[in-house]
Amino acid sequence: MRRRVLAVAPVIALVLGLAGCGGSDQGGDDDAAASPTPEAATLTVFAAASLMGVFEEIGSQFESDHPGVSVEFSFAGSSDLVAQIQQGAPADVFASADTKNMDKLVADDLIDGDPVDFATNTLTIAVPPGNPAGITSLADLTQDGLNVVVCAPQVPCGSATTTVEEGSGITLTPVSEEQSVTDVLNKVIAGEADAGLVYVTDVKGAGDTVEGVPFDESSNAVNTYPIATVSGASQADLAKQFIAMVTGSVGQDVLAAAGFARP
Amino acid sequence: MTIRRRPHAGSHLPAWAFVPAGIGAALVLLPLVAMVSRVSWGNLWPLLTSESSLTALALSLRTSATATVLCVLLGVPMALVLARARFPGRDLARSLVLLPLVLPPVVGGIALLYTFGRRGLLGHTLEVLGVQIAFSTTAVVLAQTFVALPFLVISLEGAVRTAGDRYETVAATLGARPTRVLLRVTLPLVAPALASGTVLAFARALGEFGATITFAGSLQGVTRTLPLEIYLQRETDPDAAVALSLVLVVVAVTVIGLTRRTGTESTP
Repeated sequence: MRRRVLAVAPVIALVLGLAGCGGSDQGGDDDAAASPTPEAATLTVFAAASLMGVFEEIGSQFESDHPGVSVEFSFAGSSDLVAQIQQGAPADVFASADTKNMDKLVADDLIDGDPVDFATNTLTIAVPPGNPAGITSLADLTQDGLNVVVCAPQVPCGSATTTVEEGSGITLTPVSEEQSVTDVLNKVIAGEADAGLVYVTDVKGAGDTVEGVPFDESSNAVNTYPIATVSGASQADLAKQFIAMVTGSVGQDVLAAAGFARP
Repeated sequence: MTIRRRPHAGSHLPAWAFVPAGIGAALVLLPLVAMVSRVSWGNLWPLLTSESSLTALALSLRTSATATVLCVLLGVPMALVLARARFPGRDLARSLVLLPLVLPPVVGGIALLYTFGRRGLLGHTLEVLGVQIAFSTTAVVLAQTFVALPFLVISLEGAVRTAGDRYETVAATLGARPTRVLLRVTLPLVAPALASGTVLAFARALGEFGATITFAGSLQGVTRTLPLEIYLQRETDPDAAVALSLVLVVVAVTVIGLTRRTGTESTP
């Protein structure tokens, strides 16, 4: 008796589960179709984590220029955002920290029109305040006994690091290859690492908790940030206006203040 | 030792209870089924036997085994003290031991960083002694022990309290010294709970992610355990991430199988 009940339960569960999934998908579509009224609209922007500060500022400017419109952001690693959009996440705008991730969406026909490059970023050496290890160049990072932390080659900042290493002929022996540039920065801020390779904008955003040591070889790996409207965006017009603001003088001023360079 | 308490399980249960129970079961099982359906069986073997996968697996097994040994060495006395000893603040101590269980692992990682890190509470002392823990395999083991210890302590402490101290009292009146009573009477009585607690601690250590990535860093062969490898592979090779996830699912199912077995023997 008991066995039969136990055997039936997962089957019921699966049937219910599948039915539930189908139902909720349809519900989502209905919602999306019902929402775009011109008075109160929500623009959903998926942006690389490194754009958080600047995009929030541009977003509030956009909201005050467009009464009734609210801009909602999802900030994460570019490849995470790509995966979410591929799985049907309702994004109107996608801003990537590198062209590689944007190209994935273009290849999947998930981008409307052509992506526009709106900013560039380069690597710099982040060191604790006062630069206790006296680092002045990329080659200094190869000194013995120095805890150097970089991004793993699989993530954008790490592939930039690899490019810099290849271009300069300097091979780093990091104590850790982190998942994201934020992890690298935090290891330097916490004092665990003596130096880390991060973006210029990360050092700028970290205030006086770290210092940046620029190095010439960073020009080998210039990271370009593209932005585009996602195919089937429920707010395609607003998306285009938002992109225009990012690439226009308002956006470019905010980006420049955060340390981004023009493409 | 098993006592049949429920001759007709479900007979007193209202029929509607099966609906939410079924939905709950689907919520737990469906994602796993969905993940397994995405496994690319054709190149599963090359994905699992790639150099980085094998290194991560070996590191995970090594560190989890070490952490489990530490959990037993520290956790068994902790459980015994909490269950048997009388001291002020025991109830508080019991609750505090559970903290790593309910804390988000990343919080555990930050706490460990400010304890064993270079600028941490013990960091300076350790540095004077020439010990650097951050970015080392030791850090991984510490993080795993931190999160896994409560699993062993809870399973064992509950069992020791349920077992009562009658046999121990008898052994003591027969002239057995405390250590002998512990090894010959108490521990054999709670052996099934100790076994399931140990297996659970091992499983928790194997799955540890948040505290490790926050505290230990991520370097192949040194600190990049299987969960960290999965998280990283996701960036470039989702198939490899799914394949490695399957390994952890298989381990988890095996662990549940083992604890169910020992668990049914221990619960009265």
